[in-house]
Amino acid sequence: MSELKGIYALWYREFKVFLRERSRVISSIINPLLWLLIIGGGLGSAVNFGNINYQTFIYPGILIQTALFSSIFFGVYIIWDKKIDFMKEVLVAPMRRTSLFIGKILGGSTDTLLQIIILLIIGLVFINIGLLPGLNLNIFSIFLTLAFLLVTTVGLISIGLIIGSQMESPEGFQLIISFLIFPMFFLSGALFPISNLPPWLAPFIFVNPVTYSVDGIRGILLGFSQFNTAFDFGIVSLFSLIMIFIGTYAFKKMKI
Amino acid sequence: MSIIETKNLTKKYNSLVAVDNLNLQIEEGEIFGLLGPNGAGKTTTLLMLTTLKPPTSGTAIINNFDILKMSHNVRKSIGIVFQDPSSDEILTGYENLKLHGWLYDMPDTLREERIKEVLELVDLTSRKNDRVKKYSGGMRRRLELARGLMHHPKILFLDEPTLGLDPQSRDYIWTYIKKLQLEKKITIVITTHYMDEADKLCNRLAIIDKGKIIVLGTPKELKKQLGGDIVRLKAENLNVDILKNLSYVKRINSCDDEICLTVENANIHLQEILNLIGKVDSVEIRTPTLDDVFLHYTGRGIREGAPEGSWAEKAMSAGLQGGQRR
Repeated sequence: MSELKGIYALWYREFKVFLRERSRVISSIINPLLWLLIIGGGLGSAVNFGNINYQTFIYPGILIQTALFSSIFFGVYIIWDKKIDFMKEVLVAPMRRTSLFIGKILGGSTDTLLQIIILLIIGLVFINIGLLPGLNLNIFSIFLTLAFLLVTTVGLISIGLIIGSQMESPEGFQLIISFLIFPMFFLSGALFPISNLPPWLAPFIFVNPVTYSVDGIRGILLGFSQFNTAFDFGIVSLFSLIMIFIGTYAFKKMKI
Repeated sequence: MSIIETKNLTKKYNSLVAVDNLNLQIEEGEIFGLLGPNGAGKTTTLLMLTTLKPPTSGTAIINNFDILKMSHNVRKSIGIVFQDPSSDEILTGYENLKLHGWLYDMPDTLREERIKEVLELVDLTSRKNDRVKKYSGGMRRRLELARGLMHHPKILFLDEPTLGLDPQSRDYIWTYIKKLQLEKKITIVITTHYMDEADKLCNRLAIIDKGKIIVLGTPKELKKQLGGDIVRLKAENLNVDILKNLSYVKRINSCDDEICLTVENANIHLQEILNLIGKVDSVEIRTPTLDDVFLHYTGRGIREGAPEGSWAEKAMSAGLQGGQRR
């Protein structure tokens, strides 16, 4: 059972570090709130989709945005691990590389899901004070949302870890992921409906796995979606499986 | 059968040969030293033996496992204390040790017992619940050591174990390393560029330079091979030619602005030498050290001062970066 203990050790470390770095937790909550309140409120005064308030419309998108940024960015810590040689301590232990990858994924998903849970609680508070009309948050929908986001997060963290495992400088990592994160966010339909897209834009949106995550969660929370929720879930699961596969390979090839 | 045996172990970085066809046998239970200046290939050798870097060619057998084919079993047999800090500074000292225990699959009670033991050894018990970020450079070094010693591996690799430590801590560590060898029968491989450390600790040592073994033996043998004592002379207008014909003068080297002679039975022959030279400013006789051995075999002294990218420097920069890390 040594592999399980090792995975637990890595998860424990990521979780402890996350809890101790309060600034990281706070900024990860403030940022989405700014989007929701300022973009949502400002644009919402002029834009409505059918009978859905714009702020409510982008709420699922903001959840995904948080997952997207926090998950992919998580990959940078592996570069720091290499820099401070913590990576050597782990790699010289009698543990498989796959377990290292799994431990990292679990640590990162815990971080991301905790942030999401805080945003869901804030969502509940907003509903109670009359904001976000039409948002359907109950135990069932929250559970489904978390399941959806967990699967998405695993795929996104894998992307971050794949890039991080092959790089040596945190600056380079940040440069690369900003070319990745922003298109993935803007081309996901997080901020606009994807039902009537201009033909040149549509292909970009439909090859983006995040689109299906946004669509699925919007279906769960607003009853408004382009695709069947099960279809969305299938696409997102497939994406995550492929990323796990590539990630395991990338970790085996990782050099120190 | 040796517990470690390298077979033409080689590592090349582009055109630079860091380790050059190294053939080495280390016996079970001994403390073996790899001695050499920085950049000699000591750390690279260690990283290959601990499966962290693949060799360019050749291989090594550790505890009957091939480092290329059975790296997982090799990792189960070994422990290593790295030259650079490798603990997580956002965690406490205790948490770092606990993590190590988990990674090495130690049973819970044994883990806690050992943590207590090693913390006392390196005198960190009172600081165990402080984050490593708050530790001084020396304390971090001691924590690294405590961690490497914790799981009592069959073979322990120590990369410059006392670099940057004060004399008292160095003494502690040396005593503990000796004790580990005696009580637990652990084989210890140590790299160092401190000659006194190698002299005091190692049963056998290899002096390596530019990736090759220059000479190998017990510290005593190596010093004896020089064939005499060291006489260090300082004089104006020194004519060394007259000394060249004396049978008991084994070697003449210039060190700094002085002349170093290796003289057989120096205590008997010193007067003759002084008579031949005439007026001298200063003279010193001493028994040879490993420094002299190194000088003899390489023709130069081991590089002095802190090596570039030393542990202490890295600890500082990692500390600074670590602050912004998360």
